[in-house]
Amino acid sequence: METAFTPWASLGGGALIGLAAVLLMALHGRILGATGILAGLLRIDDLSDWRLRAAIVLGMAAGPLVYLLATGQLPVIDLPISNLAVVVGGLIVGIGVSYGGGCTSGHGVCGNARFSRRSMVATVCFMATAFATVFILRHVVGA
Amino acid sequence: MRLLTGFLIGLIFGTGIAISGMINPAKVLNFFDIAGTWDPSLAFVMGGALAVAIPGYRLVLARPAPAFEPRFQLPDTRVIDRRLILGSATFGIGWGIAGFCPGGALPALGTGDPAVFLFIAALIGGLLIARVLQARAPARRPA
Repeated sequence: METAFTPWASLGGGALIGLAAVLLMALHGRILGATGILAGLLRIDDLSDWRLRAAIVLGMAAGPLVYLLATGQLPVIDLPISNLAVVVGGLIVGIGVSYGGGCTSGHGVCGNARFSRRSMVATVCFMATAFATVFILRHVVGA
Repeated sequence: MRLLTGFLIGLIFGTGIAISGMINPAKVLNFFDIAGTWDPSLAFVMGGALAVAIPGYRLVLARPAPAFEPRFQLPDTRVIDRRLILGSATFGIGWGIAGFCPGGALPALGTGDPAVFLFIAALIGGLLIARVLQARAPARRPA
């Protein structure tokens, strides 16, 4: 399935992601990593910390509503795969980001923005296997 | 106040994810499909995020402390080990299967699409499986 190349929207949306990361560091002193924030919601050892994480996630989930108000429609979400693949993919992502210590936001944006060598290595690894996985699924298995 | 700024930061992030197209797995998977229906947009998302986060972090981290906390909470691990590499590589495989990373999927919850809830449930399952597997290993919080 083709998707339109959207350089300006992607650049602008990316800038907002970067802005959110900078604000969270400036105000709360934390890395804006979706993995870390979600993982922290799954344990309650510090209630005020848990509430902050919950507020951030609620804000994230309200993002599509801002998009709706601005454009008159919800953002498009196409999952061109089976439900089984969604579940398998989700499980693998969850295990991988736990061991890898972060995902596209934590390592890819925040870690790389402060030139963490760990994050640079992590980013190269997950980008490489994502390219390889899509190639294999679409052009070897699905060819 | 802390919860309000947390919510607003999440909202900026979620809006950025929606505008950028990272919220759409079809678009993410096409970024990884250079040999097929390639859509280079995601490179612009990462570029936009880093263009803001690199100078922003530089300014913020030069300050003695964040506004609402006594100190910055930055990952102190510097080790590049098998755990980081294999975990990140594993994450990339799941990302290549489903097209969702945690930071793309949390904002997508706001569209109410049932497939997103399925992915998040599986993602949480993966985080919990990893937590059980890691119970004996030294704990390291994700970024």
